Amino acid sequence: MRNSKSTEEVALGIRRRVFEHSIRNNGGYLSQACSAGEQLAWLYNEELNLGAPTLPMVPKPFEGVPSPQNPDYHTGAGYNGPATPEFDRLFIAPAHYALVAYATLIEVGRMAPEGLAMFNKDGSSVEMIGAEHSPGMEVHNGTLGIGLSTAAGLAYGRRRRGDSGRTWVFMSDGEVQEGQTWEAVQAAAYHGIDNLYAIMDVNDQQCDGAMSSVMDVGDIRTKFNDFGAVCVEIDGHDVDAMREAVKEPHAGKPLIILARTNPFNAMPILEERFPRLHYVRFKSEDERQRMNVSIAKDLGIEPIDYAH
Amino acid sequence: MVEMVSRPYAAAFEKFAAGNPDILCLSADLTSSCEVDGFRDRHPDQFLSLGMAEQNMMSFAGGLGLAGFRPFIHTFGVFMYRRPYDQLMASVAYPRRKVRLMGFLPGVTTPGGMTHQSIEDIAVMRSIPNMTILETGDATEVESICEAADSIDGPVWCRVLRGSVPRLFDTPIKVGEMRELSAGDDVLVVTAGITTEEAMRARSALKNAGLSIRHLHLHTIKPFDAKALLDHVGSVRHGVITLENHVTEGGIGSLVAETMADAGVGKRLIRLGLKDTYAHGGSRAYLMRYYGLDALALVRGVEDLVGESFGIDESDLDSARVEDVHSLVKAEAL
Repeated sequence: MRNSKSTEEVALGIRRRVFEHSIRNNGGYLSQACSAGEQLAWLYNEELNLGAPTLPMVPKPFEGVPSPQNPDYHTGAGYNGPATPEFDRLFIAPAHYALVAYATLIEVGRMAPEGLAMFNKDGSSVEMIGAEHSPGMEVHNGTLGIGLSTAAGLAYGRRRRGDSGRTWVFMSDGEVQEGQTWEAVQAAAYHGIDNLYAIMDVNDQQCDGAMSSVMDVGDIRTKFNDFGAVCVEIDGHDVDAMREAVKEPHAGKPLIILARTNPFNAMPILEERFPRLHYVRFKSEDERQRMNVSIAKDLGIEPIDYAH
Repeated sequence: MVEMVSRPYAAAFEKFAAGNPDILCLSADLTSSCEVDGFRDRHPDQFLSLGMAEQNMMSFAGGLGLAGFRPFIHTFGVFMYRRPYDQLMASVAYPRRKVRLMGFLPGVTTPGGMTHQSIEDIAVMRSIPNMTILETGDATEVESICEAADSIDGPVWCRVLRGSVPRLFDTPIKVGEMRELSAGDDVLVVTAGITTEEAMRARSALKNAGLSIRHLHLHTIKPFDAKALLDHVGSVRHGVITLENHVTEGGIGSLVAETMADAGVGKRLIRLGLKDTYAHGGSRAYLMRYYGLDALALVRGVEDLVGESFGIDESDLDSARVEDVHSLVKAEAL
């Protein structure tokens, strides 16, 4: 399944949708759309080999959590297509990027635009922090650090089964503060799990602010290499760089692409909020209006008429 | 003299798992301590060493479950849940992965002290939705734990005995049932795991004192057959005593208390076990005596319940097994 849009157009579309949502709802994960737009656009629009969605374009309401009494339970993975041997799988490890991920599903024709209107509404499966049952999600990743481990286990299991499909993880750089990330890398390297791929949004941001001021993590690339992965570092807004990075030979090792990004890329006015960019809620009506006008101009659209 | 079985899990797991391509043996650096070293050596293709990294191992196992495998994780119980609790919830319990958590050294069965003693695991596991809890009390139950666990459509927490294990029963675990080891109408004694053997040691002395004991052994703690328990509670005159290798909060004592309270049963209940305390390192016999988990503690509990002293002392009890801290079956004792 391929989209007719270019990956750059998809990235722009993601930002426009997240921007519109954030202005209308007086807040949102704006900077994540700025930093990760190209990565998710590239994954869904080009790199991932996914089948057609198996779930309805308009997400169904929350239908209960897994339990023996809920036999019809399903995850949101169906928006990424069927979990059959030939297709790739994707985990969104930082589940708070869900808004950006949902916008991506819409841009690539996997979810109806109405799906975004259900974001964070009571009774909806389109949860603010992506849950297992949320569109495009297959496992819980709300606590950071568990995504790569789960993907490593799935990738190992799929290799044993002879699946040709790869297992991908979209990660965030704050996750490297969690010890589990390093446990996962060393295990994947030791067991030669080379059908495991990750692309990490290295935007140097975390909840409390800039990573360098919260707890600096040093040279991530060197660390990943030392722990046994093949790690390539690129400009995370350069789609050609992604196309090249994924070709990096990595026999017997997982491949991790570090995508260095700007958390206010394409929305420069957000720099006013630096270093608190994790969740942008406008501090005043004046700020909301200024950002509406400025960002709309940068994204090539009219300001959002959020009063109606 | 009770038959002792050496390393029952080793043979049982190998017999169960070998050649089943969907079963994978996961280990976190305690492979021989969990009696799967022989399996590792003879079936390396089904064995995965994940090192001392339990958080990754738990989520990794969740990923294997997602791929349709049924991983058996082998480590000490305490390392299985205290450090990777969040991973256990997110990667295994919530999505109901068929991960079998084989937790060795339950409670005070280790000389390793607080860091090695899982004394509150049942309380924790009971509160986790989708979790099944099994506990082994003898060699036959250890020998049947793999089949029992693997019959569950979801995650299973197992308290597994290892080393030199007595054979008390001749039938395997039947998930969801409980064993009635003696019929009586004065006092109901409920035990699980290693405390069952202690209760069995005390029974004849209590019988000689004229007391009729109804003794239940639980190998399935969750799901729990409340109706069966209530029938037994209704059959005794004085009340109920639980004895557990666990803190009395949240374990089988709580399970019995909650069951009785929910049903409005007003009989007395005495809960014996670790009383809001950590333990320390030592031999099993020493620790069971020190913390009041042994046969004599049960006798004193029965005396308290019926309000009468029977003059029973250690010499009146059936012989206790004395296990060496260091033995051929447990080279390091850990």
